[in-house]
Amino acid sequence: MSPRAAWRLESQGFGEVYDYVAGKLDWMAAGLRTEGTNTAHPRAGDVSRKDVPTARLVERLGEVRAHARAAGWDAVVVTNNERVVLGLLRSKELDKNPDLTMEQAMRPGPSTFRPHVAINEMAEYMAKHMLESSPITTSDGRLVGLLLQKDAIQSVGEKE
Amino acid sequence: MPTEIDRNQVRKLVERGAQLVEVLPADEYEEDHLPGAINLPLRRLETEAVRILDRGRAVIVYCWDAA
Repeated sequence: MSPRAAWRLESQGFGEVYDYVAGKLDWMAAGLRTEGTNTAHPRAGDVSRKDVPTARLVERLGEVRAHARAAGWDAVVVTNNERVVLGLLRSKELDKNPDLTMEQAMRPGPSTFRPHVAINEMAEYMAKHMLESSPITTSDGRLVGLLLQKDAIQSVGEKE
Repeated sequence: MPTEIDRNQVRKLVERGAQLVEVLPADEYEEDHLPGAINLPLRRLETEAVRILDRGRAVIVYCWDAA
């Protein structure tokens, strides 16, 4: 639809016309602010915890686990230097042999969700699929935060 | 010929005063739109663009996605 609009504007004498082809979906998936009635409702990106511990592939599980649990976390997201999510360790993976590297211990390629997804949809999905936590990422895979199922359910409860 | 741009270019152009136009129907615009965007669905754009928009400034149009 936007290409037709852009061409039509040009034919009407507008000299400098741009088409943001990836559109609103791309904007919202990047976690960027929008305006409108939906902004009153929390979304996955709003409720996700931004202070989730992260680690690199080569780090040792024992050390990472100690730091994470000392900070009250039972999950660690494995990212690269660009904050692109490569893996996830929930409580089950964190309990593995401490000598393993993150790469060996992690759950590779975890399902990720975009920041603009409504929190009630996330709560329902996570409960149905028994996900205790899910990484929230931008459309290019960069970590926004970790959404805990209990936070999602609590947020829905507050809304109602 | 209209120029295709990405979101980083959108932000830069808007900072420089470009007009941002969502061409989706009004109900979709009401729910969510990019900050500062105005709504001109395709049919309204046909008749109202010249009156509402400034031809002397850049215009960025967008819809939901590339599909």
